[in-house]
Amino acid sequence: MPPMRMKERARAKKGTVKRLLKTLFKLYPIRLSFAIFCIVFNVFANLSSSIFANFVTVCIKTAISPEMPGVGPSNPFIGTYQIKAMGISLNTNVTYLLLTMGIIYAFGIFAAWWWNRTMAIVTQQYMNRFRKEMFNHLQDLPIKYFDTHKYGEVMSLFTNDIDTIRQFISQALPTMLQAGLAVIFCFTAMLMNSVWLTLVTIVFAAAMFYVIKVIGGRAGKYFIKQQKQVAVVEGNIQESINGLKVIKVFTHEEESTKQFDEINDQLKDYSTTANIHGNITGPINMNIGNFMYVLTAVVAFLMLVVPGFYNLSLLEGLSPISISTFWGIVISFLMMTRMFANNVNNFSQQITFIVMGMAGASRCFDLIDEKPEKDEGYVTLVHIKKDKDGNLIETDERTRDFAWKHPHKDGTTTYTELKGDILLDHVDFSYGGSKLVLQDVSIYAHPGQKIALVGATGAGKTTITNLINRFYPINDGKVRYDGININKIRKEDLRRSLGIVLQDVNLFTGTVMDNIRYGRLDATDEECIEAAKIANAHDFITRLPEGYQTMLSGDGANLSQGQRQLLSIARAAVADAPVMILDEATSSIDTRTERLVQKGMDQLMAGRTVFVIAHRLSTIQNAEAIMVLDHGKIIERGNHNDLIAKKGYYYQLYTGAFELE
Amino acid sequence: MWQKIKLILKSVRQYKKYAIITPIFMLFEALIECVMPFLMSALIDTVDYGISTTYKGLPKERTINTLSDIFRSTPYINETLGLTMDVTVFGLMITLIVLAGLSLTCGILGGRTAAKASVGMATNLRSDLYKKIQSFSFANIDKFSSASLVTRMTTDVSNVQMAFQMLIRIVIRAPLMMIFSAVMAFIAGGIMATIFVVLVPIIAFGLFLIIRKAMKIFLRVFKRYDKLNESVEENVSGIRVVKSYVREDYEKQKFNTASDNMTGDFVTAEKIVALNSPLLNTTIHVSNIVVIGLGSYIIYQSTIDSNYWAKLTVGQMSSLITYGIQILMSVMMISMIMVMLVMSLEAIRRIAEVLQEEPTIKDPKNPIYEVKNGDIEFKNVSFKYKETAERCALSNINLKIKSGQFVGILGSTGSGKTSLVNLISRLYDVSEGSILVGDEDVRNYDLKVLRDNVAVVLQKNVLFSGTIESNLRWGNIDATEEEMKRACEICQAMEIVEAKPEGFKSVVEQGGANFSGGQKQRLCIARAILKKPKIMILDDSTSAVDTKTDKLIRRGLKNDLPEMTKIVIAQRISSIEDADLIVVLDDGKIDAIGTHDELLKSCEIYKEVYTSQNRIGGNK
Repeated sequence: MPPMRMKERARAKKGTVKRLLKTLFKLYPIRLSFAIFCIVFNVFANLSSSIFANFVTVCIKTAISPEMPGVGPSNPFIGTYQIKAMGISLNTNVTYLLLTMGIIYAFGIFAAWWWNRTMAIVTQQYMNRFRKEMFNHLQDLPIKYFDTHKYGEVMSLFTNDIDTIRQFISQALPTMLQAGLAVIFCFTAMLMNSVWLTLVTIVFAAAMFYVIKVIGGRAGKYFIKQQKQVAVVEGNIQESINGLKVIKVFTHEEESTKQFDEINDQLKDYSTTANIHGNITGPINMNIGNFMYVLTAVVAFLMLVVPGFYNLSLLEGLSPISISTFWGIVISFLMMTRMFANNVNNFSQQITFIVMGMAGASRCFDLIDEKPEKDEGYVTLVHIKKDKDGNLIETDERTRDFAWKHPHKDGTTTYTELKGDILLDHVDFSYGGSKLVLQDVSIYAHPGQKIALVGATGAGKTTITNLINRFYPINDGKVRYDGININKIRKEDLRRSLGIVLQDVNLFTGTVMDNIRYGRLDATDEECIEAAKIANAHDFITRLPEGYQTMLSGDGANLSQGQRQLLSIARAAVADAPVMILDEATSSIDTRTERLVQKGMDQLMAGRTVFVIAHRLSTIQNAEAIMVLDHGKIIERGNHNDLIAKKGYYYQLYTGAFELE
Repeated sequence: MWQKIKLILKSVRQYKKYAIITPIFMLFEALIECVMPFLMSALIDTVDYGISTTYKGLPKERTINTLSDIFRSTPYINETLGLTMDVTVFGLMITLIVLAGLSLTCGILGGRTAAKASVGMATNLRSDLYKKIQSFSFANIDKFSSASLVTRMTTDVSNVQMAFQMLIRIVIRAPLMMIFSAVMAFIAGGIMATIFVVLVPIIAFGLFLIIRKAMKIFLRVFKRYDKLNESVEENVSGIRVVKSYVREDYEKQKFNTASDNMTGDFVTAEKIVALNSPLLNTTIHVSNIVVIGLGSYIIYQSTIDSNYWAKLTVGQMSSLITYGIQILMSVMMISMIMVMLVMSLEAIRRIAEVLQEEPTIKDPKNPIYEVKNGDIEFKNVSFKYKETAERCALSNINLKIKSGQFVGILGSTGSGKTSLVNLISRLYDVSEGSILVGDEDVRNYDLKVLRDNVAVVLQKNVLFSGTIESNLRWGNIDATEEEMKRACEICQAMEIVEAKPEGFKSVVEQGGANFSGGQKQRLCIARAILKKPKIMILDDSTSAVDTKTDKLIRRGLKNDLPEMTKIVIAQRISSIEDADLIVVLDDGKIDAIGTHDELLKSCEIYKEVYTSQNRIGGNK
């Protein structure tokens, strides 16, 4: 049972309930319908429990103390007795009543078991389905989604929000249904007995709903305040725990504790108010129910003793009040009142869950409604063989040669050998806003060339690589790969032909071997080890407790930053793509180790087209061309010696006159 | 475990009165709740008696037929308790209303005190945890991951808060209801009530089996569920890698399989839990049928035979049914609370783990409050991060540094540079040997005094949310603007301050996110300068600063703070080449000590690094 938490954005979009229910019924029409039938029957069985008890007592009373004088008590188990209770007249005996009761109970128990079981199964199956749908859809979303949504927000969908849906389906929905049915049942029974008394009940029911609304609303307000303050407190905790070593070094413990206590006390105030409101709804509703009971009795009594009063009931219409029959009506009516109050209370307790569930569902649906990454590419990457004349022939064999298969409109298909020739032709780009992040950028990278991108943070280096692998679509200009416009190439195939090593290394739970193999799933163990050797990672891997089979967990937290980077280089090596993008790949490795890695990197880069983004200019000196970027424009280009001779921006960077970050 | 619970309950402190008074309110509420149905039936019986034309087969005069009759005293016979008393209908109604009012008052007051006690307790608990964590040494900090500390202070605490509130609100109430109902059942039904003695253990045992079996599976599935969420985390943070390597389908498949497998377990567990409600239904129904069937028989028999061994009336039978249901519901309630409490045990364990952690570094008994000068001496120092570790992070270090010297430290990743300097301000304690600062063992100083005199600018440095000023004041709370300016000038940070329209009052976002790496580093150095320390350690603290500024910072430190001992760890040789002393570390040992020129001649490692970097800095 997770802590009850009202989210800050607690408002659900309109139609969420409908959408969720519609989906559910579409998926499980028969099971859900039958479950609902069972719930209805279960409610009926439970309610009939008290009705039958009432029948039996009346029956016994009739049997053992007949109203006719002179007639002695008779066995209530045999014979027939005319009884009247709850506005119903019956000819029956206790045996018969008990038997009927037993049968209803038996079915009731079965119904209870069945719907509980069905709802449990349906909930879990739907959650599984929904979770998978969300995750699978998430995989298809463009990088833009991830760049524009906070990591915590996305995670919260999978942890908190989906759980509120589970609670909604498995708990709130059936309870609401049960309580709602019981309320309707009681209400009908009440009307059948006495319309006047029902009016009294309605007044109280209105009071109850009003209390629910007012207190619930206020509780909601404070829950939101509390939630906001929780975020503040969590932020403070996060900041101070991450900076704990700095706090220690500056012996700032007392001050930061004082600061924390202040916001913590603020949280206490909000949280107390929110909890008080949550706690008192129950007692208030319950006692409104009690007042209702007494006042109904008072009104009934008044009706009884004030002469000339006519009872109005749905069963018998307007009838003069006869004391003996009317009192029987009142007794069963009062019983109904209690049941009614209890169920209204049950119903109201589910409201929080419904609100939370709908808010959660609304956010999850938002994710599912996000448009997936579009791909209109039709040029694919295929394995080829070369025949004697040098013609390219497509093959199913897993050869090491590839070609772009380009079907044309006229029905012909041409094959272009995969070489790794990249051309950016007057490219403009913006991340949606009016501000151009890249302006008129042209870069030529011929197969086997090493192109370096240099510039301050925000100059647009990483953006260029984001365009080459089509993480983002360009605004103007063209990007060509082996002469083909990359918009025509299927994204999957385009990305497969690009190897990438990023500054932030992401490792996945699994063995070291699994993580290297991530580059190419069909790589053999030998190929992975070979790749590790290229990246100079082999050494440290063999020193790990279980070598290549060592399990990495928590994003490889048990490895140093440098070691992690070596693994990601090995991963790129195993991918063996003709074009490589190295985005600050060696930034976390110290200069001495870097020289070791560099050897591997040089080997990795040999014969490939490489884009290098590097902070340390030492890494890129041997590049064929260095592009110096500033505010999205290429301001200088040329090789190292050219640029040094030019004595421009690059020269100043190189001699350390500028800061690069 | 009991000790851990006790430890956590200590945090109730000033809210103890609320924690104690809540169950009392709840007790009254429960008592009234038990009495109410009793009085309600009394009301009905009384009216019934008053208006019936016959009573127990005998004709009698009506006593109630006008409005004023509700004030007339009427004999009321309670079959259940065997009571006869004179009551008025009006009196009963007033009593009921008063009781409902009392119950409402108790409910509201109890709700308030419960909220105050549980929220207050959680607030104290968070505060206690915070204080405890602040007292941690670096070794303690390393032991817990920061994510797990955050979880303990947030989710775990709120789980404990929930459980505590539940405890004081219901734990007293539910058993009380059960006992009361049981007593009433025996008074009403006599021997008949024994069927509950049979039924309660059956349902309790059934619930126990269900809960135990389901809990086992749940605890297992929850772990897998956490794992699954972890894999989503990995996926989301590594989405660029996923997409670059076109591993979407692979990731989907991985996730789907994991989710499917988990669902199987979830369904099994939920199916078991789904037995709960039918079990309860069955017991209630069975008890109903038995009570009604057997009851009716006894009623009949005792009516026709006044010497029949058991006696029961219709009223008693109805009471028996009502109290029976209450007993069974209470059992259910108690079982639910047990589940909640068991679930919170894990949170309690994790919180207690932090509270029980002893800081590994503490002030000495008779601390020294003054650091004489900035001399530092390492005497045969060896250091391990964990006692059990096989490899020493540092071994056999001997080093003498004179007050005011500028010392450079060089070495590859993992060679022990950071470990070496962390020992000076006792961020860690040496495993062997000793370190003297101002000719006194560091372990003899008052910690605050030592750390105020040995300023460390850490490798992973952070600014805190607030303003530039509030960050600088960490170094010295009473620093004047003049002092801050001077400190910033020394380390070339004044230009950063001046570039901002609000100067020192400029806002710093969480983690200093609105400053570049180089700017952050310079501000952090200024913060350290404001402490006016005798020793300053810069742990790779100018890596993001350009070489020119780097040089200016070093010159500033040298010229303006000549007395201060300066220790600089650097990747760039240019940062330390003019040091008085350069220490080259390799694999936790001192490889060489000397000046730049000496080391170029004698030290292989130094030469290698120099050549590799000179290739960079070559074209001067």
